[in-house]
Amino acid sequence: MTQRHAATFWIGFAVIVALLAAAPLVLPSFWRHFLTEMLIWGLLAMSSDILIGYTGMVSFGHSAFFGLGVYGAAAALLLVSPPNLVLALALGLGAAALVALCVAYFSTRLRDIYFAITTLIFSQIFYVVIFTWTSVTGGENGLTFTRPGLGIPGLYTIRFTPNVMHWFVLGVVAVSYVVLRRITRSPFGMVLQSIRENEARTRAIGYHVEHYKIVAVMLSGLFAGLAGVLYALQNEFAAPDFVFFLVSGETVIYNVMGGIGTLVGPILGAAVFLLLREALSRFFTEYYLIPLGIIFIAMVIFMPQGLLGFARRWLNR
Amino acid sequence: MEIPWEFIAVQTVNGIVTGMILALVASGLTLIFGIMDVVNFAHGELFMLGAYIGVVVMSFTGNFWLALATAALVMALIGAALQIVALRPLIGRDPLTTILATFGISLVLQNYALYQFGPITRKIAEPITGQFSLFYLEYPWYRLAMAALSGAIMGGFWLFLKYGKYGIWIRATTQDRVMAQAMGIPVPWVHTGVFAIGAAMAAASGVLFGPLSGVDSQMGLAWILKAFIVVVVGGMGSFGGSIVAAIFISLLEAYATIWVTPSQAVIVSFVVLILTLLFRPSGLFGSAPR
Amino acid sequence: MSASGPSDDLLVKVEDLHAYYGKSHVLHGVSLTVGRGEVVALIGRNGVGKSTTLKGIMGLVMARQGRVLFEDKPIAGMPAHRLARLGIAYVPEDRRIFRLLTVLENLRTGLDRSGMTTTRRQALLDKVFGYFPRLAERRDQAGGTLSGGEQQMLAIARAMMLEPKIILLDEPTEGLMPRMVSQIKEIIDALHREGVAILLVEQNVPLTLECSQRVYFMEKGEVRHHARASELSVNDPVIHQYLGV
Repeated sequence: MTQRHAATFWIGFAVIVALLAAAPLVLPSFWRHFLTEMLIWGLLAMSSDILIGYTGMVSFGHSAFFGLGVYGAAAALLLVSPPNLVLALALGLGAAALVALCVAYFSTRLRDIYFAITTLIFSQIFYVVIFTWTSVTGGENGLTFTRPGLGIPGLYTIRFTPNVMHWFVLGVVAVSYVVLRRITRSPFGMVLQSIRENEARTRAIGYHVEHYKIVAVMLSGLFAGLAGVLYALQNEFAAPDFVFFLVSGETVIYNVMGGIGTLVGPILGAAVFLLLREALSRFFTEYYLIPLGIIFIAMVIFMPQGLLGFARRWLNR
Repeated sequence: MEIPWEFIAVQTVNGIVTGMILALVASGLTLIFGIMDVVNFAHGELFMLGAYIGVVVMSFTGNFWLALATAALVMALIGAALQIVALRPLIGRDPLTTILATFGISLVLQNYALYQFGPITRKIAEPITGQFSLFYLEYPWYRLAMAALSGAIMGGFWLFLKYGKYGIWIRATTQDRVMAQAMGIPVPWVHTGVFAIGAAMAAASGVLFGPLSGVDSQMGLAWILKAFIVVVVGGMGSFGGSIVAAIFISLLEAYATIWVTPSQAVIVSFVVLILTLLFRPSGLFGSAPR
Repeated sequence: MSASGPSDDLLVKVEDLHAYYGKSHVLHGVSLTVGRGEVVALIGRNGVGKSTTLKGIMGLVMARQGRVLFEDKPIAGMPAHRLARLGIAYVPEDRRIFRLLTVLENLRTGLDRSGMTTTRRQALLDKVFGYFPRLAERRDQAGGTLSGGEQQMLAIARAMMLEPKIILLDEPTEGLMPRMVSQIKEIIDALHREGVAILLVEQNVPLTLECSQRVYFMEKGEVRHHARASELSVNDPVIHQYLGV
């Protein structure tokens, strides 16, 4: 990337982060909360992009990673008193990582449809287990817990006010974005994209495609789990719905709407979807998915490169 | 723990009955996938809407058989329309797009049903009432009729495939799309027709299943997952495989209810899927991956 | 390079056809004609684009430029099933019969057309079985169980079911025993006598010269030369130039 491009990018990035940081100070609490959630779903969508957009593996399993991140954090916050942020992160990420390992194993042995359906089934396995194991997971009612303090437990913590929460989430998501961006632009990321374009050729050149896929799944799963932990912290609530495969479905929708393979696209897709949902709910109440679904289908047919791809083409004219 | 053998026997019958309906649903999925390479996420909703149409027709006429026929016909037309509008434009594109499009359709249909019919579960009355003594139970005749009808529909379809002119068109298109076209077979219309048939089969399953547990907008979700599992375990594109897998999985689940609750018994199907993918990825009867 | 056949009663006219396989520019402006009832051959080494030309006419390959006319009407871009109904039949290089369908079912894919009464169907079936008695014996056998030569017969018989005006015949004698090769020649002659035009892609020079009226020579995606078959002999230097190693 040229110097000029790099500078433009970082300036733009800094501006956006600054705007998002300033937002809670000016927005009413509903929209502040909305923005925070948007960031979390954006992180989830980004994690999914690693698989779908960069490695070419369609996964419906992100609800498993996300959901287990939520429940892992919940477990940490419920089992240990006083609630401990580091432990929540550790357990949430750990749980997500375990699931990611299983999925990673299958990713090397199955292709396309079979992989997609398997990941979907994985989500459902966890859903059923969590839903029915009421004694441990609270079943349908879910679990409620309290947030820990932000900081190093035992040394120094401050309380998580809504604003602090927002900045924390923003910080985590921004850093995640930078990290993922670095990774996708690295030689590793190039190999992933090569796998997406032509797996056989990549293997023929000499790359151990299996290893790359496993790392991609782990990476994707970890960041999805991170999103789950953030969600748990933000909402202080865990429910089986987060593990239901519809969450994965919506994640894939964010990806496609925004534009796969761009990292930024999925975040944009998540934002647009959530905004559309807000707007449409005003008119259509709980049936907002009917117009939203139709819009989505139309986008799949007419705008397959997503909003970002569409905007790019429009700008390049 | 002593398990009374009568309980096992009853569960066997239950398993076969559910299996036959599942087989009918899965057949529609297999058909659509085998011929068009489309993974129809909306199949469960076609099932669900078929059931609702059955409810509506029943409320006007009280005639179950009319409801069955109407649901199949109407859903066939709706299925054809969906295929023409949303799936034809996607031919030749990344297979991901059809999964997404059908997923989108399923969301729309689910919420439409919720909007149109409300959240309360509806009932379809059994056309054949009465029970007979099966071991220690009074077993409803209707369940047997249901299984028999599913079998009849699948059998009828098999005959159509084997002997009818359009059956040959469908089989030729499945084997070699390009040469089928070169022989004058209008392949795009074969695709539409197949989707319509698949939708009709799903709708019929919905109406048949309706009296068993009520009709609501979410009923498609559970079935689509099981149907996917059946299709993969049986071997994608294999009819016989779907039927065997459907009955096999339903039997296992029925037996599992000896120890666990029905909502937990679904894990059985998940486990079967995982084992199949680990040890025999092309399914029980599937051909090698294309 | 264009070439002229009988200028009236042209069945197929290909003008400056360009085609691509993905990004690969395979046909660089092919032009040829086939008159009604003519047997025209397309000769050239492997990979010069002979099969692609047939596929281009049949609409199985994207034509980026150029025209294809059938009975003076443009057909480029029409789906293959419409061309089949117009009267263009295609017999591909690898035969591609429907392996899981029986011989009879294979034939029925072309036989069960609209407008075919039961009598006409039976008559057509009888006629084609008359040409291919071997197939009649195996009518209920699955296509995949037939030998190579029998599959080739089936592929041609299947095309005949469309009662076509022209058959695009791609390397029918490839991999066949000499006895079968002469059978193919008889079929081509019989079809010619019936007035069916044939665009024949072949590597077998003697057969080609015996069956065809005109020959086009292709090289590197273009038609480079054209001659009447009567003017050519098997050892002609032209043949050697375009087919030799």
